[in-house]
Amino acid sequence: MSFAEYSESIAEGDVAIIYLSHDSMMPVKVQRGAQTQTRYGVIRHSQDLIGHKYGSKVSCSKGWVHVLHPTPELWTVSLPHRTQILYTTDISMITMMLELKPGSIVCESGTGSGSLSHAIIRSIAPTGHLHTVEFHQQRALKVQEEFMEHRVGNMVTVRNQDVCKDGFGVSGVADAAFLDIPSPWDAVGHAKSALKKQGGRVCSFSPCIEQVQRTCAAFTDHGFSELCTIEILLQVHDVRTVSLPVPDFGPNSDLNRDQNRDQNQTQNQNQSSPGAVTIKTTTVPREIPGHTGFLTFATKPRT
Amino acid sequence: IMADNGDDDSQYRMKEGDYVVLKRGDIFKAAQIVAKKKVIFEKQWFFLDNAVGHLYNSTFEIHSGQLQLKKTSDTGGSADSKEAAGVDNRNIVDDGKSQKLTRDDIEMLKEKGLKGQEIIQQLIDNSSTFKDKTEYAQDKYIKKKKKKYENSVTLLKPSCRILAMMYHGREPGKICHLRYDTLAQMLTLANIHAGSKVVVFETCAGLVLGAVMERMGGFGSVVQMYPGGGPVRAGVDSFGFPAHFHHTLHEFPLCRVNALLNGTLEAAGKDPGNSRAVQRNSVWRPELLTLRARSQRSQRRGRRRDEQEKKQRLDERRKKLSAAAAVLEGRNADGLVIASRFHPCPVLMGLLPLLAPSRPFVVYSQYKEPLVECYSKLKEQGGTVNLQLTNTWLRHYQVLPNRTHPVLLMSGGGGYLLSGTTVASGPSKPGQSKPCFSNCRTCDSAV
Repeated sequence: MSFAEYSESIAEGDVAIIYLSHDSMMPVKVQRGAQTQTRYGVIRHSQDLIGHKYGSKVSCSKGWVHVLHPTPELWTVSLPHRTQILYTTDISMITMMLELKPGSIVCESGTGSGSLSHAIIRSIAPTGHLHTVEFHQQRALKVQEEFMEHRVGNMVTVRNQDVCKDGFGVSGVADAAFLDIPSPWDAVGHAKSALKKQGGRVCSFSPCIEQVQRTCAAFTDHGFSELCTIEILLQVHDVRTVSLPVPDFGPNSDLNRDQNRDQNQTQNQNQSSPGAVTIKTTTVPREIPGHTGFLTFATKPRT
Repeated sequence: IMADNGDDDSQYRMKEGDYVVLKRGDIFKAAQIVAKKKVIFEKQWFFLDNAVGHLYNSTFEIHSGQLQLKKTSDTGGSADSKEAAGVDNRNIVDDGKSQKLTRDDIEMLKEKGLKGQEIIQQLIDNSSTFKDKTEYAQDKYIKKKKKKYENSVTLLKPSCRILAMMYHGREPGKICHLRYDTLAQMLTLANIHAGSKVVVFETCAGLVLGAVMERMGGFGSVVQMYPGGGPVRAGVDSFGFPAHFHHTLHEFPLCRVNALLNGTLEAAGKDPGNSRAVQRNSVWRPELLTLRARSQRSQRRGRRRDEQEKKQRLDERRKKLSAAAAVLEGRNADGLVIASRFHPCPVLMGLLPLLAPSRPFVVYSQYKEPLVECYSKLKEQGGTVNLQLTNTWLRHYQVLPNRTHPVLLMSGGGGYLLSGTTVASGPSKPGQSKPCFSNCRTCDSAV
């Protein structure tokens, strides 16, 4: 198992994702003799996990769960938060707009809880490298630990420093740079020097429009081109079977023949009970999920 | 100090035969650099020959059908706008008479060979209202004229991002109206990465296939399923992948999937035309050299050549089929991506068995209802978890000092996605049958 490469069966030392339900997933470090409590009962690693195929169903005393192979997407929705994180919707856009692919060299700051970092590593593996900068010492150590556990340590370098003062720690090597910090305009110059002289792509993520304005001004001042600020929002559709009552217009008569025909048609179509019709449809939550941040992309032309 | 190593640069420089994307403003067009071959872009005809040797992302001016590298000093913005400006538009009357130059005057300027920048300056000088406009209005005016009289084109290195935006802007019908942010979601949700084995079924001119291949970087394998005569891949060429990427690409016809799953697909069947060709070879006798015999002989040679070519093609086809079958028959694909004009339900149900357990699948549809059907069928059948039916909203912003506001909102028109993960059916450990509880239910009907 690795977060950048699939394997078939669960082995000791793996990090597996226990899937309980759509909004309930938990990562588990697989260890001989260990046990994990879930609301459906206990999972015994030696008997229920090690040697089993990923995707298997594990029966517990009060129900069952499935064990899934970790992916950056599953990690994003189950990782322990140390900071606010980026979710898959934004991550997907960042990955495509920065043109990440196997072999890309990427700079990122701040690392935070490593949600985006794992997705980047997956996309640039096996020949690329991520240089990620986190100014909080404990977070830097924690995320480094996780990269090792997730067997992607060889593709990432974590630096505990302030990107605004000390930059990314590399120069002229990156294909892409990403900023998710409070004052990205202070790091634009460092991003520029980290990028290859033949050019590269950059992205800055900011929740507030004032930050976006200052960052765009900094990009322009530093000669970046093709500026593009967007916002991407996810709309989820819940599939539901709904029963709609059919009104009663009174007993049949010749005058109401057409009306009756229509009524009967609707009733005969999907009748589960007299006077009601079932339909399969989707509903959306009352509010579509909140704003996460604005994404600003730009191109560093060749220097 | 780093020496400018010319060799380092070669992968960033354009060569003959390279695929590029022409760009002016927000207009993109894919093209190939072919010597002495004219291309048409935004109503202009020109040759791309002069681009060879220059770096990708260079901007060129078009003069007499040839490209000339644009000097960076030419790309001056409106930095010299210390010109007079007004405060508001209360006294500006839009009677269409403020520009003194006529269309013919402007044509003459163009013919004289004036650069775009110079033409714009002429327009400004001959506008009676320009000095009364606010600074912002002047800015907007100049931007608008630049767009109209610009004579430059930028040559970009193709990428999924650029091609997806191009197709969506130019020919959305060819890609089932798949918007680029939706494509971005698909690639991530399906966990496309180097070294995996991905099954793709698409009718998006090869854009989706190319995007998958780009994210795999030439590692692993991709099997393109195709519905009819043969796989359509025109869009893949535009990506300009190195030749070795194509070694990882296979194709397999949908109409043989059932045979593959039933184990009834013959690996190397006999070609019915084979024996006849062999016979004819042994019958031909070199002694018959009359004119008629000679013409008959050359006719036979022609037919034989045709048959040999046909045989070669069939052999190749069969080899490709076997190779693709070998990749698929283990039923251990790592990802499934579907984006087509076909009803997604049968496609999804037909191809899901090819996936290993605990692997993602993503289905795109221009319309929501067919995906609702897919969702229901999957719930009924079991074997999948984490099903999600979604679409994305994309909003663009104009960010300028004191002029920051949203400009464009793209919502339902970008299509819908159904994503999920497979789970195992049957025993999870080889040689072990699972205990069956009295309240045993099929996978995931509770979720």
